[in-house]
Amino acid sequence: MPVIFITDALIFFLLGMVALFAWYAASHEHLRAPWRQVASNPLAMAAVVVLIFYILIGLLDSVHFHPKLEQRADQPDQYSTEVLSLLDLITEKMRTRVETSYSAPFATHAFSREMLVLEDGSEIRDYPKLEYAGSHLADTDSAVIDILVKALAGAVSGLCIWLALVALVVFRLARSRHLSVGLTINSIILREGQVPWHIILCTAGLLIIVMSSLFHLSSYYHVLGTDKVGQDVFYQALKSVRTGLLIGTLTTLVMLPFAIALGIMAGYFRGWVDDVIQYLYTTLNSIPGVLLIAAAILMLEVYMTNNAEAFTSVEQRADMRLLFLCMILGIMSWTGLCRLLRGEALKLREIDYVYAAQAFGVGNTTIMLRHVLPNVMHIVMISIVIDFSGLVLAEAVLAYINIGVDPSMASWGNMINSARLELARDPIVWWSLAAAFIFMLGLVLPANLFADAVRDAFDPRIRKQI
Amino acid sequence: MINYIIRRIFYALPILIGVNLITFFLFFIVNTPDDIARMQLGQKRVTQEAIDKWKADRGYNKPVLWNANADGMKRLTETIFYSNSVKLFVFDFGQSDSGRDIGHDISQRMWPSLAITVPSLLLGLLAYISFALILAFFRATYIDVWGVILCVIMMSISSMFYIIGGQFLIGKYLHLVPISGYDTGFEAIKFVALPVMVGLVASIGSSTRWYRTIFLEEMNKDYVRTARAKGLSEKLVLYRHVLRNGLIPILTGVVVILPMLFIGSLITESFFAIPGLGSYTIDAINRQDFAIVRSMVYLGSVLYILGLLLTDISYTIADPRIRLD
Repeated sequence: MPVIFITDALIFFLLGMVALFAWYAASHEHLRAPWRQVASNPLAMAAVVVLIFYILIGLLDSVHFHPKLEQRADQPDQYSTEVLSLLDLITEKMRTRVETSYSAPFATHAFSREMLVLEDGSEIRDYPKLEYAGSHLADTDSAVIDILVKALAGAVSGLCIWLALVALVVFRLARSRHLSVGLTINSIILREGQVPWHIILCTAGLLIIVMSSLFHLSSYYHVLGTDKVGQDVFYQALKSVRTGLLIGTLTTLVMLPFAIALGIMAGYFRGWVDDVIQYLYTTLNSIPGVLLIAAAILMLEVYMTNNAEAFTSVEQRADMRLLFLCMILGIMSWTGLCRLLRGEALKLREIDYVYAAQAFGVGNTTIMLRHVLPNVMHIVMISIVIDFSGLVLAEAVLAYINIGVDPSMASWGNMINSARLELARDPIVWWSLAAAFIFMLGLVLPANLFADAVRDAFDPRIRKQI
Repeated sequence: MINYIIRRIFYALPILIGVNLITFFLFFIVNTPDDIARMQLGQKRVTQEAIDKWKADRGYNKPVLWNANADGMKRLTETIFYSNSVKLFVFDFGQSDSGRDIGHDISQRMWPSLAITVPSLLLGLLAYISFALILAFFRATYIDVWGVILCVIMMSISSMFYIIGGQFLIGKYLHLVPISGYDTGFEAIKFVALPVMVGLVASIGSSTRWYRTIFLEEMNKDYVRTARAKGLSEKLVLYRHVLRNGLIPILTGVVVILPMLFIGSLITESFFAIPGLGSYTIDAINRQDFAIVRSMVYLGSVLYILGLLLTDISYTIADPRIRLD
């Protein structure tokens, strides 16, 4: 039985918007040209491949449902109260194979010693065997070879998937370029053409092979170890992808209408409209961001404790909190874009085509929509991609002050926060931190590189210099 | 100049009123003191008497905006709005929910905050400007390209990792300085060193890259071409012309955060257990002490507005072409 969280609905709405925009951009040359420039940038295209990979994980994790309970056929269908996503189905083994406590990556034994009762009744202090990881092995000393074999098997299946992908791309390219398959492969290898397909395919190949290898291993071992309550860290990191993406994108979606409408209106109308809007954003801006979020989240908590009956499940609470957080972040972050748009609209309203439209008696709304808005879209686009990485990073900081996403929700911030306290252990528990680090860097770095490419392509000041 | 400053201060008043109203709205209208009391006291089964007592202790038992039972001016003054929000205008922060004098706490705790933020700012400026100049000097070479890529990588790492990494490496592994804590007098240096260094490293990426763009923009200007045409060496051009003119946007950009230095850094202070205003705020958030959070929101806004004012003034000093009145 499907469940639709508000954030799920919004993320698919956002996807639809992006698709619509892509279709619009494809049919307009002035938008197609800068995107072509982005597409010819090898670094940016490698970044895009990684981003698509993250987005796919996030989307898989955004289709929620109540799983069907197992029962006799003659009874009516019954559903569990648990909420799962498609990603949970794929990672079933990671999710359900929960150990008792910490274990290192690829470990077959627990991280700390316990009192063990041997068969003959005597007690010794030793590292107990893990319940699931490596349980298929008869002898845990041979784990290294087994890991290598399993990794290789996973890599080979990844290679097959990649080859299929390559074949698909090559055939599509060959058809669109009206070339033979051989010539297309040649042109990819020789790096002809504008789009750096060799980079795209290599990045995709690397990702697919590594992920498939890890994925294959993860049903036998905990590839990134387990946390305090024995949960698989790799699974948590995967689940956190959705949270990170949502914070980065929904916040923008929330603030965009305000920023665009108010910014353009302030610049176009000037006078008292401008004064009011300027007052509005200076006031909001002058409240320190973290404190405003803290205040708002505190208030949400008070509201939720007093209206506990309105939120039926933990997931629903967490979802509401995430949405609310996005809204607050959005309220705080629209001011920057609004100010930029106001400045641009101030310039645009003095341009001849706007005067001409006014002379023809075109209404203000139409002028703003048809003449001002399309000419500020590059600013909007640049600020969307630049804000994204900052928001993903902000989540980790907010989690530390306990004003981020719900503690029950998987997020990199929560992972760091719980792992931070364990650094005092000796030997240290490093893998939760490492996992959060790799996954965050893996998202934020490509996002930054992509943002740079987009800015270079769309910013007219930079374009002139080229 | 004086006229302008006076006008700007008057202009800041409505903004302060706006901030005050927003915080008041958030803390007293969206959720009434009853709600807050219930939350603070914990369980659902709190008696009304307990709530009333909690409110009476903190002066939240008055009407919100208008006291119909009082007479004369007291109708306005005997309200939550007057006693909790209007007094903020004269920096009377009142008492925290746990009964401490907030104004006194702030005046004590701002010194440790400054001990961290001021060295961070000064050393940071020195470091970032030097790095940016080096990158600008080697522009369009491999040093520049890889330098910028390194900057992007460094700014893609969450500040949490810098703090955790710094504490682990310097504090726990190398045992150079204590991991956290604070002391008065000269002893404070060894506690301050690590947070300052971590803060420095954490923002190398974004700052260096930003300053590099500023310098490169300067380098494309006519006066630089003239200087080169005169036969000045690249080093002289860089130091005498580009650096000096590039400093104008950099320093005016710094002025806006000067007043905010008092507030300190929330995360750094709480990680390193520095008893400054940042950790004060975090503690208040965690203890859900609304009076302190409210005061800090207000104080932060005042300092931000002060920063804006100082920025405008610094523009006139740095660039005589700008006339304020």
